[in-house]
Amino acid sequence: MSAQTSTQTTPDVRASMQRGPAMPGKIEKAQAPKQALARLLPYLAPYKAGLTGVLALVVVYTVLGLFGPYLMGRAIDVFIAGKDAAGLGRVALLMLGAYAFSNLFQVAANWLMARISQRALQVLRRDLFQHLQSLSLRYFDTHGAGELMSRLTNDTDAINQAVSQNVTALLASVLSMVGILIAMFVLDVWLALATLLVVPIMLLFTEYVARYTRKGFRDLQRSMGRSNAVMEEAISGQKVIKAFRRNDSVLATFREQNEAVYKAGVYANSYALILMPLTNVLGNFFMIVLAGLGGWLALRGLVTIGMIATFISYGQGFIQPLRQLANMYNAIQAALAGSERVFEIIDTPAEQPDTPEAQPLTTIRGDVRFEDVSFSYAPGTPIIKNMTLEAKAGQTIALVGPTGAGKTTIVNLLTRFYEIDSGRITIDGQDLQSLRKADLRRKLGLVLQDTFLFSDTVMANIRYGRLGASDEEVIRAAEMADADHFIRLLPHGYQTMLSERAGNLSQGQRQLLSIARAILADPAILILDEATSSVDTRTEVRIQQALLRLRRGRTSFVIAHRLSTIRDADKVVVIDNGQIVEQGTHQQLLDARGFYHHLYLSQFKGKAI
Amino acid sequence: MFATRKLLPFFRPYWRRALAALALLTGVVVMDLSIPRLIERIIDQGITAHNTAVVIQTSIIMLTLSALSTLFAIGNNNLSVQVGEAIARDLREALFLKIQSFSYGNLDRFTTGKLIVRLTSDTTAVQRLFQISLRIGTRAPLLMIGSLILMFSTSPKLALTMLPLLAVTSLFIAWFSVRMEPQFRAVQQKLDQLNTVLQENIAGARLVKAFVRADYEAEHFEAANQEFTDRSVDVMQFMSSLTPVLTMCVNVGMVIVMWAGGLQAIAGQLSIGQIVAFTNYLLTTMTPLTLMTMLSNIFANGMASAQRVNEVLDTQPDVQDAPDAQALPAEPVGQVALERVAFRYHGLNDAAEAGLETRVLEDVSLLARPGQTVAILGATGSGKSSLVNLIPRFYDADSGQVRVDGQDVRGLRQDSLLSHVGIVPQEAILFSGSVRDNIRYGRPEATEAEVVAAAQAAQAHDFILKLPQGYDTRVEERGVNLSGGQKQRVSIARALLSQPKILILDDSTSAVDVETETKIQAALEELMHDRTSFVVAQRIGTVLNADKIIVLDNGRVAAEGTHAELLRTSQIYREIYDSQLGGATPEELLSDETKSSTDATDEPDKSGRLIHRPISVASVSSVEESLR
Repeated sequence: MSAQTSTQTTPDVRASMQRGPAMPGKIEKAQAPKQALARLLPYLAPYKAGLTGVLALVVVYTVLGLFGPYLMGRAIDVFIAGKDAAGLGRVALLMLGAYAFSNLFQVAANWLMARISQRALQVLRRDLFQHLQSLSLRYFDTHGAGELMSRLTNDTDAINQAVSQNVTALLASVLSMVGILIAMFVLDVWLALATLLVVPIMLLFTEYVARYTRKGFRDLQRSMGRSNAVMEEAISGQKVIKAFRRNDSVLATFREQNEAVYKAGVYANSYALILMPLTNVLGNFFMIVLAGLGGWLALRGLVTIGMIATFISYGQGFIQPLRQLANMYNAIQAALAGSERVFEIIDTPAEQPDTPEAQPLTTIRGDVRFEDVSFSYAPGTPIIKNMTLEAKAGQTIALVGPTGAGKTTIVNLLTRFYEIDSGRITIDGQDLQSLRKADLRRKLGLVLQDTFLFSDTVMANIRYGRLGASDEEVIRAAEMADADHFIRLLPHGYQTMLSERAGNLSQGQRQLLSIARAILADPAILILDEATSSVDTRTEVRIQQALLRLRRGRTSFVIAHRLSTIRDADKVVVIDNGQIVEQGTHQQLLDARGFYHHLYLSQFKGKAI
Repeated sequence: MFATRKLLPFFRPYWRRALAALALLTGVVVMDLSIPRLIERIIDQGITAHNTAVVIQTSIIMLTLSALSTLFAIGNNNLSVQVGEAIARDLREALFLKIQSFSYGNLDRFTTGKLIVRLTSDTTAVQRLFQISLRIGTRAPLLMIGSLILMFSTSPKLALTMLPLLAVTSLFIAWFSVRMEPQFRAVQQKLDQLNTVLQENIAGARLVKAFVRADYEAEHFEAANQEFTDRSVDVMQFMSSLTPVLTMCVNVGMVIVMWAGGLQAIAGQLSIGQIVAFTNYLLTTMTPLTLMTMLSNIFANGMASAQRVNEVLDTQPDVQDAPDAQALPAEPVGQVALERVAFRYHGLNDAAEAGLETRVLEDVSLLARPGQTVAILGATGSGKSSLVNLIPRFYDADSGQVRVDGQDVRGLRQDSLLSHVGIVPQEAILFSGSVRDNIRYGRPEATEAEVVAAAQAAQAHDFILKLPQGYDTRVEERGVNLSGGQKQRVSIARALLSQPKILILDDSTSAVDVETETKIQAALEELMHDRTSFVVAQRIGTVLNADKIIVLDNGRVAAEGTHAELLRTSQIYREIYDSQLGGATPEELLSDETKSSTDATDEPDKSGRLIHRPISVASVSSVEESLR
């Protein structure tokens, strides 16, 4: 928040709502504001009646508000000058009434608008989230969680700010300015013209200063970006910096950036803050013109003193919103820019939809075939090349190969997280393309290396595998995963809340929970990505046992890192560069003395055991 | 207030500028307050008295004052901005210097994220506090006091009638400010919940899709969305009432002035000009009150930030050079000894609160002779990294001694110690800059040939040449444009280039494939023959060649010896060996579950159950068999 906002009379909601430091004076503009607006408006459509009410209330309170100064002028001219105490009492009462109703209606309008805007935003957020669920994994993989998060939160927040506060305020400001102008012209043309004179001067000043301010903030932002990058790198790498004794050179770089931020900050803020005294002086100037010109006119009997008082009061009512217009305008621009990005997400095509003739998948045996499958994440760089692979029902297939060979990609294709470029993949002879994705995925069980758990209870996390499962079933699954006993030792047993990133569990325990989750889901086909980093030996044994139990009777694809898994597999598929280079059992492959043999031996090279 | 008082030293160099800013501000306030007075003069002595000269003359005075006030205000702004920005700059530098002096222990306790927030948003909040104090913070009370005085001097009787109104307004604002905080906190809490759902949904997208849980997630989200919206409506309504209520207070004041003042005017005790001036003073008194509600927010934030900044500044580095610290000789021998070392992490989050700082290392002794390679093996959390971090004194042992060339590291200058120790940390942290710069990080003066040699030894040379600009390729922030294995290899090259007498590889090849790892090891063997090296590893294949293998279990040395020795003598070593190189078949694993352990050295694991598997020599030899 820039310091300019502190001149606003509306409390600074944004400052307290915002997380993290906001860039002051950052003016964001929508590419196509009209289209963005056109997309936003339908969200307000269900509240037509309410919005009409808001509009009516705003008109009424603005008009009522205009009566006050007029009555004041009348009171001075007629009753004070006329020494009519009783009349003065009546006018005072009238003024009080007009003000009271005006403010009352204002409260009503604000309350109504707050309700409408928040409800509309609720729907927008819901739409956004629901659409997010339908997006392909490719989208999540290419956009990164951090970027998506900041978009979703900051952008909806920007819309929220504008809609809930600035729209009514802008409406009221414009209405009251127009109202005041009309009232002024009705009351006295010359004084009204004098008032109007201030507007272009003010706009000119604002524009002039804003040009420097914008440049200043752009520079400030740039130098802050650089300095933040230096700081972030220095702090996150502090241990290495210390180890390599590079403190001095890092400090020198930091000092340079820090000084640049100081200079840019002084420049930008000095210009930004000029606007305040300038508008202040214009307010004063305004009073002076009215008093001076009004006085001169009054001496000629053209206006009354009461009229001057009325005009001074109107003038303040006129200048106040003028000061805020720029802020409101910026907020609305930011909101439109935000909504553009929000709609960009909503407009992103969903995951390839199921074909209309897609078949439901009922019970399956679990024969899986890859037939001449090719795939690439980016056109031109094939990751999987003409792969043919068969897994018979109940078999365990170990996928082995160097990093980047394409093992994980096979998983991505089988789950249809990504769609193949050519060839076909079948389950029990049915082409995956002819199946409903949801049905397919329900038959697949995934245990990933990076075990993801939600901030929820242990019970809910396991139940994620099958929502309808009873507590007993969840516990049975945990028992089968050998997780039951450690869960029972947690502070609240199955009701223990897992903290963010499940910091209160060890890596091995997390693995066991995710195995329990997969057991509960009871999939026909299992996909396992073995953890590479070893957990402690005993937990490791447990995980192996749990996985073995899980694999029984199911077709399993295991991205294998452990010899025990590989030895146990019905078939070891060695993948290199997106192609199957060898397949067979562990022993067969060793005997063949090919790539696998080489890969296997490299662990022990130069060491006769 | 205490929090900011501790920041006063940062304010001190700029007190002159601050004082000047306040002086200018006072000028602005005085001139602003004089305008209503002058308008009163125009009305009473000009218009009412039919004196054109007074009208014109007063108008000119007002214009002059107004222009002057603008200049003063601009001056005040510039000075305030300068002071605020300068304090922020100095604060950032002080924080940065402080953080640089931190030991690893300090860094662990603060975490990177927190420290960055201290350097960015917290300093900004403090800066805003100072800057706004110098501009509006002082202006508001000055305006209020000034206009109150002028109100009393214009008409004490009328001014008195304003007092109850002012009191009511102040009370309302105070009530509002107090109520606002918990309201916002409630919304913020709901927003955090909503964001947690969103964030986990995004991070767990793969899982959500795999389990076909889109509908469930949407329900979950909608529940949080509903709660957040409900609280938001409440808060928005609450907030949006402030302006109308305050306007009403001002309006009531205006009506009172009109009415009571009007009655006095009718009685001839007050002029019309005075009434008009009075209404202006009233406005000037009330506006600062509104400002206060916003300022209270900024002040509260600034104070909280100042507190947090102080916390960092007040922290003393755990590890500091002793006053009489010695330097290592220019050519140290490279002997490292640990004698009965015990170590624990102090003050780490939850554990500290519960008073449960578990020992990480307990009674650890070891000796690495010059030129030896010592491997340290053990499960995650067994204390391997902690052990090697004691050698360059990144942490201090709680008891026992760590000696390099016979000298206790606590008696050495850390700078000198570090110049002979090369470390390849677990996480390969690279810096933005070229690949070459990164390799040269430890020895910026190294020649091109030396850089290439180090890269070749670390098996990094080939992939570096394939990068778009070879050694000149820019490493993006945190090395995002390199794979984990590539980063680790650059990190190894970096340590090798600094030609340390003692080299520490802290599980530094975890992301490198086995074949490359083997090559790195072969290269290291050549390079390391006159250096002492420590290799922390999880993969047993990594440690087979070491002169000595230390097996750590729960912070204690469980076994020590060469691979061949340990395979014969150590139960736990064989266990690790088996689980990784697959001695037992899974069927054996399952059937073992029912067997009870007879090994007395086995400690119960965390869950209290004994899981132990007697290893048959046959299963070990079957691996050997298959390798022949």
